[in-house]
Amino acid sequence: MRITAGVDIGSTYAKAAVLDDDGKLLGTGIKPTGFRLAEAAADALAQACAAAGVERESLAYVCSTGYGRSMVAFRDVQVTDLTAQAWGTRYFYPDTRTVLDVGGQTMKALRLDEHGRVRSFRLNDKCAAGTGAFLEKTARYLGYRIEEIGPLVDASVKTVPISGVCAVFAESEVINHVSAGASPGDIMHGAMKSLVQRSVQLMKRVQMEPEFTLVGGIMRFGTMSRLLRESLGAGVNVPPEPRVQFTAAIGAAVLAGRRLRKLEARQGEQHLAAAG
Amino acid sequence: MLHAGGVDVGSTQTKAVVIDEARRIVGRSLIPTGANVVTAAQSAFDLAVAEAGITEGDVAYVIGTGYGRYKVTFGNAQVTEICCHARGAAEMFPGTRTVLDMGGQDTKAIRIQPGGDVLDFCMNDKCAAGTGRFLQSAAAALGIPMDELGSRALAGQKPVNITTTCTVFAESEVLSWLAKGKKIDDILLGVHRSIATRSIALLRRVGIEDEITFTGGVTRNQAMAPVLEEALGKKLNLSEESHYMGALGAAIIALERARAGEGAGTAQVGGAA
Repeated sequence: MRITAGVDIGSTYAKAAVLDDDGKLLGTGIKPTGFRLAEAAADALAQACAAAGVERESLAYVCSTGYGRSMVAFRDVQVTDLTAQAWGTRYFYPDTRTVLDVGGQTMKALRLDEHGRVRSFRLNDKCAAGTGAFLEKTARYLGYRIEEIGPLVDASVKTVPISGVCAVFAESEVINHVSAGASPGDIMHGAMKSLVQRSVQLMKRVQMEPEFTLVGGIMRFGTMSRLLRESLGAGVNVPPEPRVQFTAAIGAAVLAGRRLRKLEARQGEQHLAAAG
Repeated sequence: MLHAGGVDVGSTQTKAVVIDEARRIVGRSLIPTGANVVTAAQSAFDLAVAEAGITEGDVAYVIGTGYGRYKVTFGNAQVTEICCHARGAAEMFPGTRTVLDMGGQDTKAIRIQPGGDVLDFCMNDKCAAGTGRFLQSAAAALGIPMDELGSRALAGQKPVNITTTCTVFAESEVLSWLAKGKKIDDILLGVHRSIATRSIALLRRVGIEDEITFTGGVTRNQAMAPVLEEALGKKLNLSEESHYMGALGAAIIALERARAGEGAGTAQVGGAA
């Protein structure tokens, strides 16, 4: 059996996915990226292999993607995050036309055609206010950790307006709201709402059309997808947790498999030619 | 003797200046703005009045400026900080045609006429990049006190190239340079250069005309002016009072209004007679 792997080195986490020949997901692994990108990638892959119950050496082909993709020395091939994300999204929802990917330090909107090719994309990696870092910062100003964001927001029933223009200046806004007696959950809820507004702006810029699929680490927060559904006034696909974070890694693994089959087909032809 | 006051309530610090009839600064103060803006404005003013050796009643006219200018409850009027920095810069350096004001949370480029009237301005108050906050974040990430940032940066020889725009991302970029073994001084020089580049872009949008006067809280950082001068290829006007330029401008406008008021009062008396 030919087993392939995808490794997605994102700004915040390195994720790995292992697939079998039929495209079945065998295991995933995740590690904080930190400053040693190659090490984080290797660790995530080792974890995914262990989860899949396969030996690292038995992987037939490894494809890297994400911002640190070229730092992975053990890759057989690398693809851009956009391509990997398009394939990963279609792995779960083949009729996806628009993808919103909100990660720790980036936000991307992609429009795909019916074959899954990327027709248009917009990305923000310049300003933290339009990324997961905005939520992380807001939580930190409130004295909470990232893991606490989900339960905090789930308990909130109303939002406090947060302008969402700058993740740094949000600090003074948060302080003002806290001193005015707003609850941390409502403030976080407001921060998510402003992130959702920025997401929708980005999606408009790629001329979004349904079906919409939401991916990336930030979509682990159920409130994000609920707010996006409300804001778009349409249904949205969200791969089940925790896979929502692994779509690019899965897409890379799918592409690794395709590449491998192509190579094998070519080798087969060469053998035939040599024999003939 | 006639006195006038200016109180500049900034996002980070509140500055107050008291001037006499001869437009000389006779009292000044600088305190953190903190959460209670009204108290900060009053305290700063009280300190400046005390330094001048007069009482609050001796100050004929007070103008509030800065983002918290409407919190200067004892003031006679409010004027935008753009006008006040322009007037203050023109007062101290009459040749000023361009003002760069770098504050704790915003940066402004202002083009002025002789005398200090504003022709055009551009500001960045939506994004922390290119403001004093960027320096603060870098200082926090590197564990260096704010007042040592400038001298450390000036000791840098091989500045790193800070490629990120956002202050939040720059924090991690700074740490990644540290992880790669770069010297703190070289990282800090890179941070100053990055802020200078953004400020100069703002200046270009209003048009750079000599002389350029540098004002605001970031003027107290020793490296910022030399780094800006190197990047611009021009000298900047800078003085010990640059940090007080907004408050000084407010006081100058206050003095003129106090005089105009006196004139009006006299005319009224004359008319009644």
